[in-house]
Amino acid sequence: MSVAVLARLQAEFGAKILETSSFRGDDEAIVAPSDWAAVAAFLRADSELVMDHFIDITAIDYPERTPQLPRFDVVLLVRSMSKNHRVRLKTRVQDGEELDTLVPVWRGANWTEREVFDMFGIRFRGHPDMRRILLYEEFVGYPLRKDYPIDKTQPLIEYRKEDNLEKLPPFGPTEGQPWNRIDWQARLEGRDMQVSPAIAVQQGQKHALSESSARAEGKPLPDEIPGKN
Amino acid sequence: MERIEEELEDESALELPTEPMRLNMGPSHPAMHGTIRMVLDLDGEIIKDVDIQPGYLHRGFEKSCERGTWAQVYPYADRLNYVSPMLNNVGFSLAVEKLIGITVPERCAYYRVILGELARIADHLTCNGAGAMELGAFTPFLWFLKVRDWIWDILERETGARMTHSFGRIGGMAKPPTETLKQDVLDILPQVEKVLLEAEGMLLRNRIFIDRTQGIGILKKDLAIEMGVTGAMLRSTGVDYDVRKAHPYSLYERFDFEVPIGHDGDNYDRFLVRTEEMRQSMRILEQAVAQMPDDGPINVEDVRIMMPPKDQVYNTIEGTIAHFKLVMEGLKPPVGEVYSYTEAGNGDMGFYIVSDGSGTPYRVRCRPPCFINLAICRDMLLDEMIADIVPTFGSVNMIGGECDR
Repeated sequence: MSVAVLARLQAEFGAKILETSSFRGDDEAIVAPSDWAAVAAFLRADSELVMDHFIDITAIDYPERTPQLPRFDVVLLVRSMSKNHRVRLKTRVQDGEELDTLVPVWRGANWTEREVFDMFGIRFRGHPDMRRILLYEEFVGYPLRKDYPIDKTQPLIEYRKEDNLEKLPPFGPTEGQPWNRIDWQARLEGRDMQVSPAIAVQQGQKHALSESSARAEGKPLPDEIPGKN
Repeated sequence: MERIEEELEDESALELPTEPMRLNMGPSHPAMHGTIRMVLDLDGEIIKDVDIQPGYLHRGFEKSCERGTWAQVYPYADRLNYVSPMLNNVGFSLAVEKLIGITVPERCAYYRVILGELARIADHLTCNGAGAMELGAFTPFLWFLKVRDWIWDILERETGARMTHSFGRIGGMAKPPTETLKQDVLDILPQVEKVLLEAEGMLLRNRIFIDRTQGIGILKKDLAIEMGVTGAMLRSTGVDYDVRKAHPYSLYERFDFEVPIGHDGDNYDRFLVRTEEMRQSMRILEQAVAQMPDDGPINVEDVRIMMPPKDQVYNTIEGTIAHFKLVMEGLKPPVGEVYSYTEAGNGDMGFYIVSDGSGTPYRVRCRPPCFINLAICRDMLLDEMIADIVPTFGSVNMIGGECDR
């Protein structure tokens, strides 16, 4: 069963299958990046292979083997639900080289390709949503590359600017909630009334809650409006 | 949840002009197990789009593995799926053993099965219990956790720790089984069964529970396979894929057990599949306890892989050197790469390990089942109500440590 997968691939693609191996029973075929998507699509569509069950896509970094060989190995693992066999498809890409996405073949490739991009910086051409997934957008570098030191410190990042805040749900005193977004500048300058009402009063600040914004703007509070009672 | 369909004479009169509202759910939310963020686009209470953003618990598992010895991966592996750490330990052990090309003695394989199945029961109890609790059923949750504590008591007697055991070793286990293990397991099984029945009586015909699980969060079979979903989630859609049956490892081919499958792939089916899997785990436990030999070696006897016994370390120069080499340099698997997979609590937990022949792993890739199961959550949530996120997300059983690594 197991040899049949590699034999079938070699019969179909011939010299395009650069290397095959079966170390410890794991069938592996290596292809060029240009054949990556075509071989993957064949694995899925062929009636003898039917590799319909997506398993994983990952990468390995070999900085020391350049320039004889490209730097990264990208590995696809798939199995067949009906035939119960597996294969490991591998390709080698340079730093900065884009690889065809496999999302049209297996939708499950979406998040794993994003993770490979996140951790190794390998981009996938035609991927519908090429964002970082586990790390944040402002992260500098790609942590699973061998040249990324494990104890590297990341820079502090600015607060993100959110467009059209009005579209967000009601939040803050003016919208009927008793707390507000934290105004760090005001907190540093001692104008903040949100830390603790007791401390704020001691420091001569005015009450938190919804009246604070009214006071801050110099408007009279409802109970101070003359002639109300 | 069921939408309230009212007969109105003039529907447009009651329609308020709305536009999609964007709502953040998480990363710190009681229903978001661990930490995960969902950005929802809502039309009223209907989910029109959802962007699931994992990663708040990312601790660099794979990077950390690349700086120690192979044996030093175990504490990290414990903290992947911290609800069933023994299964991760066993999974990683099997991966490295496959790379070296050894098999552990039979008694060790049975021991791993027993501890692993206990961990699987604990895992499913937590998932089902927490899922029920989020729907307001606090009593079954407490019952389930009571049982889980009994199981953890056994694991604590065996390993010395309740949760993060770090008990697996390459080529064996840290310690041989205690003398009371078999009796302890046999004593606990009827009680687990009793609590399962009680909790089923509380939940399965409960109107609130049924309304909020049946027909909610439906997962289609073909899509699930294409997305790489595994474990109880895949089986709930009617696919009988279980690694223990499809690719038996660690003597699982010797046990007589069934693979429970669901029909609709909804939350209710996932709950039932997990419940039934606990029963099957108990069947495996009974057989494993009966079959496990009482004496015999636990570890492979190769001082290049396992630490030599302490009396040899202290009294012979060979033992001292072997101990020193293993501690300072670590064991050195041959150059190569293997992918080894086991059935963990959430599904197909794979380790793709690459060795460059030194004592340090070159690359340890963990294929996290719930990361890949979570990717499909968006399809399960679209056009459902916002309240359905809680049971649907609960039944996916996302474990932050494993998802974000």
